Amino acid sequence: MSAGATFDELHDLYSKVLRDLARNPLHRGRLEGATATARGDNPMCGDRVEVFMNLGGAHINEATFLGRGCEISQASAALLTELVRGKSFAEARALGDAVKRLASTGERDDSTEELARLSVLCTVHKFPSRVKCATLAWHALDAALAGVKETSSE
Amino acid sequence: MDTNIAPSFDVTRLRKDFPILATQVRGKPLVFLDSGASAQKPRAVMEAMTRAMETAYANVHRGAYQLSEVATEAHEAARGAVQRFLNAAEPEEIIFTSSATASFNLMAHSFGRGMLKSGQCVLVSEMEHHANLVPWQMLRDAGLGIGLRFVRVTDQGELDLEDLAAKLADGKVGLVSVTHMSNVLGTFVPAARIAQMAHAAGARVLFDGSQAAVHRAVDVQALDADFYIFTGHKLYGPTGIGVLYGKRALLDAMPPFMGGGDMIETVTLEHSTFAAAPARFEAGTPAIIEAVGLHAAVDYVTRIGMDAIEAHERALVDHAMAALTQVDGLSLLGGAQDRGGVFAFALEGVHPHDLSTYLDRSGICVRAGRHCAEPLHTRLGLEGGSTRASFGLYTTREEIDFLAQKLTDARRFFA
Repeated sequence: MSAGATFDELHDLYSKVLRDLARNPLHRGRLEGATATARGDNPMCGDRVEVFMNLGGAHINEATFLGRGCEISQASAALLTELVRGKSFAEARALGDAVKRLASTGERDDSTEELARLSVLCTVHKFPSRVKCATLAWHALDAALAGVKETSSE
Repeated sequence: MDTNIAPSFDVTRLRKDFPILATQVRGKPLVFLDSGASAQKPRAVMEAMTRAMETAYANVHRGAYQLSEVATEAHEAARGAVQRFLNAAEPEEIIFTSSATASFNLMAHSFGRGMLKSGQCVLVSEMEHHANLVPWQMLRDAGLGIGLRFVRVTDQGELDLEDLAAKLADGKVGLVSVTHMSNVLGTFVPAARIAQMAHAAGARVLFDGSQAAVHRAVDVQALDADFYIFTGHKLYGPTGIGVLYGKRALLDAMPPFMGGGDMIETVTLEHSTFAAAPARFEAGTPAIIEAVGLHAAVDYVTRIGMDAIEAHERALVDHAMAALTQVDGLSLLGGAQDRGGVFAFALEGVHPHDLSTYLDRSGICVRAGRHCAEPLHTRLGLEGGSTRASFGLYTTREEIDFLAQKLTDARRFFA
């Protein structure tokens, strides 16, 4: 691999889209009266994402997050809160599965608009130690939907 | 600045002893600045371990045949080498464990449960590695009435000696267990003074030398340390072997931790009596090859000279201090008067993990996170962790300059 490709990957990983998501998230904050919530902690690095949701029937009506950590973990959390609104539990979990697959293998599935938006994370698989950053929020989502309060992607 | 470096210390030549330093990361020269987590290995260590397996391997302390005798001799020679390295009075005061962490757990059981009384407590500092904290929390929570106290660390990153005196004042502290050199702040504590204060208050003292023993000569008798712990893999030796030094009289009074072969005197179906130290604390087949590797590592640094290593690193620390403080937006953690080659820092606007990934693409290996010292990061208001560059005897000024340059680049990249 040439030195140029190495730095191209850095630019791909920290794309403008990812950095905007991390720095200017739409749904950052505590959701008052949330009916489902879970906190994801990666103890080795200190990354933390807390997901708050309002559930109605088998659907997610609202989602917000609070967290601290690297740009990848925070961008992924911001993306989650945008994408899972209005989705059924099954649809939200399927998005999470797609993130986990994409982050670890780079396999993209752009068949829907939502799935295509996940492609902001498609370079993560080239940085193996960062996969858990990308998936942390989605582990928290799974935990919240399962009624578990705390989880981790380590 | 170079005047402090012993003329015999030739870092370019020494680097050739470490095969991995000649390798590349994605086409870039390796700049290894994570020796505080685990150091690279000189060829002498690898060769000694290979040679032992090729020519002198059998189980130790067991066989009445020559090969086992040779292996036993090599294992005990390693003990002698560590004894001299720490200037312990006797080789029997050196206990081999599987890691520094294992040494702390041994202490928490054999000394903590075995020697401390209900109402007594253990005193650690706010800047301990989790290995010197969690075993004591477990001891406190075991229902034996043994407490746990904490010595404050000042904003400058120094152990607060006034607070230490205050915490010792009621005479309830049975053991002071503190780091000799912080793995985050680089702070060297005044160990002899701390030992004196502990002893005056009727407490024993244990130092975590996992970092310190790598960077400076340690003399446990001069420090009057009751116990001293370090690990092989940070001292350019293999993983899988750690050391617990203890004064003979104390070790002799302590009950064993793990039971099994090698640590007994007589065994019946109902009862056993235990061997004297060090065997009492070394149940099971020891890390035979790793002991040989540790011996080679101790010989390696001794041949260079711990004083020469210290002088080289002092010059590096001065250089790093100057280079890093010039990086815009960088703030160092701690500013201790007496510090070793460990620099943790925060870079404004860049998360440690993102920074570590960025630096890695330039071949620079640093550690990002909380470095197994979460309470210290909380104390400093850095819940998200920090980035840490830590030096070894092979670290050069050019590497530090390269790091400083790349930190400036990173800040621009993440702006």
